[in-house]
Amino acid sequence: MLDATPQAGSLRSEPLLSAISISKRYGDFLANDGIDLDLFPAEIHALLGENGAGKSTLVKIMYGLIQPSGGELRWMGRKVVLSGPSEARKLGIGMVFQHFTLFENLTVAENVALGLPPSESFAAISERLEETARVYGLPLDPKREVWRLSVGERQRIEIVRALLQNPKLLILDEPTSVLTPQEADLLFVVLGRLKSEGRGILYISHKLDEVKRLCDTATILRGGKKVATCDPRQETAASLARMMVGGEIGEVKSASRGSMVQPRLIVHRLSLAPDDPHGTYLEDVSLEVCGGEIVGIAGVSGNGQDELFSALSGERLAPAQGAVVIDGNAAGLLDVTERRRMGAAFVPEERLGHGTAPRMKLSENALLTGHAASGMVKKGFIDKPATLAHVDRTTKSFDVRKAKRDPEAVSLSGGNLQKFIVGREILREPGVLVVSQPTWGVDAGAAAVIRQALIDLAGRGTAVLVISQDLDELAEIADRIAVMFHGRLSAPLNAAEATREKLGLMMGGARPERAVEDQEAKHAIGA
Amino acid sequence: MLETLINIFHLIFSESFILTVVTASTPLLLASSGELMVERSGVLNLGVEGMMIVGAACGFAGAWLSGSILVGALSGIIAGAALSGMFGILTLGLAVNQVATGLALTIFGVGLSGLIGAKFVGEKIAPAAHLHLPMLTDLPGVGRILFGEDPFVYVSVALIIGIWLFLYRSRPGLVLRAVGDNHASAHALGYPVLRIRMLAVLFGGACAGLAGAYLPLAYTPFFIPGMTSGRGWIALALVVFASWRPGRLVIGAYLFGAVSILGLALQPLQLGIPQQVMNMLPYLATVVVLVLISRARGTAGSAAPASLGLVFVPDR
Repeated sequence: MLDATPQAGSLRSEPLLSAISISKRYGDFLANDGIDLDLFPAEIHALLGENGAGKSTLVKIMYGLIQPSGGELRWMGRKVVLSGPSEARKLGIGMVFQHFTLFENLTVAENVALGLPPSESFAAISERLEETARVYGLPLDPKREVWRLSVGERQRIEIVRALLQNPKLLILDEPTSVLTPQEADLLFVVLGRLKSEGRGILYISHKLDEVKRLCDTATILRGGKKVATCDPRQETAASLARMMVGGEIGEVKSASRGSMVQPRLIVHRLSLAPDDPHGTYLEDVSLEVCGGEIVGIAGVSGNGQDELFSALSGERLAPAQGAVVIDGNAAGLLDVTERRRMGAAFVPEERLGHGTAPRMKLSENALLTGHAASGMVKKGFIDKPATLAHVDRTTKSFDVRKAKRDPEAVSLSGGNLQKFIVGREILREPGVLVVSQPTWGVDAGAAAVIRQALIDLAGRGTAVLVISQDLDELAEIADRIAVMFHGRLSAPLNAAEATREKLGLMMGGARPERAVEDQEAKHAIGA
Repeated sequence: MLETLINIFHLIFSESFILTVVTASTPLLLASSGELMVERSGVLNLGVEGMMIVGAACGFAGAWLSGSILVGALSGIIAGAALSGMFGILTLGLAVNQVATGLALTIFGVGLSGLIGAKFVGEKIAPAAHLHLPMLTDLPGVGRILFGEDPFVYVSVALIIGIWLFLYRSRPGLVLRAVGDNHASAHALGYPVLRIRMLAVLFGGACAGLAGAYLPLAYTPFFIPGMTSGRGWIALALVVFASWRPGRLVIGAYLFGAVSILGLALQPLQLGIPQQVMNMLPYLATVVVLVLISRARGTAGSAAPASLGLVFVPDR
């Protein structure tokens, strides 16, 4: 069924897919600028780059989703024009998307069938699906609807769907960004196997450790141009990062911490039903964050982090006044504005639509969270100069780069908007800051600025709670780390004892004690 | 009291009452079947009322001019499809807001039908002949209900069965549902989202036009302006009522048809309920049912097509 075509020796001579001087222009903006790339069989090729470097544009061109403005693609030496994904699939190119292209209300089998040519019967597809899932160790129930599945299972559907087309070249767009470390390890095993079957793999990522571990070749993009093609195993993480960013990244320095005795944010036995049918129940969540410390909440997304954030911010009310305590005041039944008046500040995950109103100016967006406690409203009227002054201060302190003094939020790049949103709250010198995914989809430079700002804020005595999927980020800034799983929050571990392995097991549902035992058992066997 | 109940019971199960209910339900079923397909593809066309009323005017005009009910029905279908084509060009081709365009379509349709139908007000045609199968139609009790309806009734039943088979048993139906669930993903997999939606919109328009034509061709044998009297809106509500499922749509359409006839049928019994209240019943029933459905949903998973009413512009 999956006819592997292992070849040797002559492999290097002919690439599967060559991109020759590919360009893509959007108006004045060059998303891809004369990129050359050769992908060989039995090779895992990394495509590295910051957000906005042009990675997604390039792979969309290779999958026929968008047409290049210049240059050409060659498939096994022959020039091809891909007018759509179905033609790419016919050639033998499969793709696993970063933002899954699944249909929530359809079953697994239906989702898979939609990615295959219509000639095959539904029953035959279901059969092949189970067979492939078994062969590659990617268990799936074909009859389940997608909305019932975890993120890891959803990714399996994408992979199995791509594999059923028996691709010669498989493109994966940031496949591990949503997985626990253990799930990622399983994925690497599958990828290794696909490589040994002679398939070519294009692996898009910005996680340098993974790339060094997994990939044979790496191509680095920056600002739409190819910077280099190299062997990642011969490079250091730092040298790869330098090529990606085009300069040194500011290192995050820890600040001297104040006293960590007084809890400024207390969550006491909070249980809450979700308000949408696909949400997660919060069960008996308790947590204390002291002034001067950063507490991190790790976990695979969809385990109740969103629900916890809205219960803390006051977008949803807790069942009891005492379930959320801000600076000694019970606040569980108070709304967002009242909590802000107590000195709390909140930065939600979604930058556009939740953190800001996209089509409103920055000054208006500053007012939207600052109206209660920043003197931007005088006698019921907006003090326009004060709102603009706030924008200017944020711009200056956090190096927000924008085209004019007061642009619409949507016109800023992701990293700059995130710096603005985090800066907007930090400049108010909150006593408690709750921030969700502070550097998600943000370039490394901006991420360093934001992390430093959070550490400095804690250094000034603020209680900072960071909800993040990025374990590296939490390891870098958090003093204590708790893990959220199925709506329950573990007891926090001190950062020093919270290893990736331990956190990864807890993110998969293992209890902390068990996780420790498992680790010890492994060490015992190893020794 | 008991006597009144018995009278009502007799009335509800009488042949004439059931025949009237079928006639009242058929235009609702036709129009909502089409809208179900449109909404399953992710498009919300609020112009059903407008397409129906233009279908009614053109249907009557076609039948009166040609003397043929079939020509009338086809005229209604073409008129409805043409109007929905305009809607499709605006909302799909030019990415105009669907709600605003749909409302405008209804207002436009009401005006247009007045213009087309002005000449025909007061004219009469011979209504569509009812089926007559020797033996079968003469069966006592169920004969006329099952085998003596007008052809539109059979078309409406065949249509909804066809839609069910299409949606759940065919590959193009699966693609249609996928497009309605997540247009970005469907596009990424290489399906022509806008073309599929355009076809669904045209189909919906044709069904609404046929539903409108039913009124002057079979329900009453003449045309009066505004004769759809809100049936298009009810068809829209029915799609939600049915949670976008064809089976429930049949139940909804017939239930609603029955409630709307009940008021008229109960008049001779002198129950002392003001006629205005009886006229309100169907609409009241719609609101009550919609509230019950949205309360009962909760854990049942999302029923509405997730991309419903969202504008899609492919990046090229």
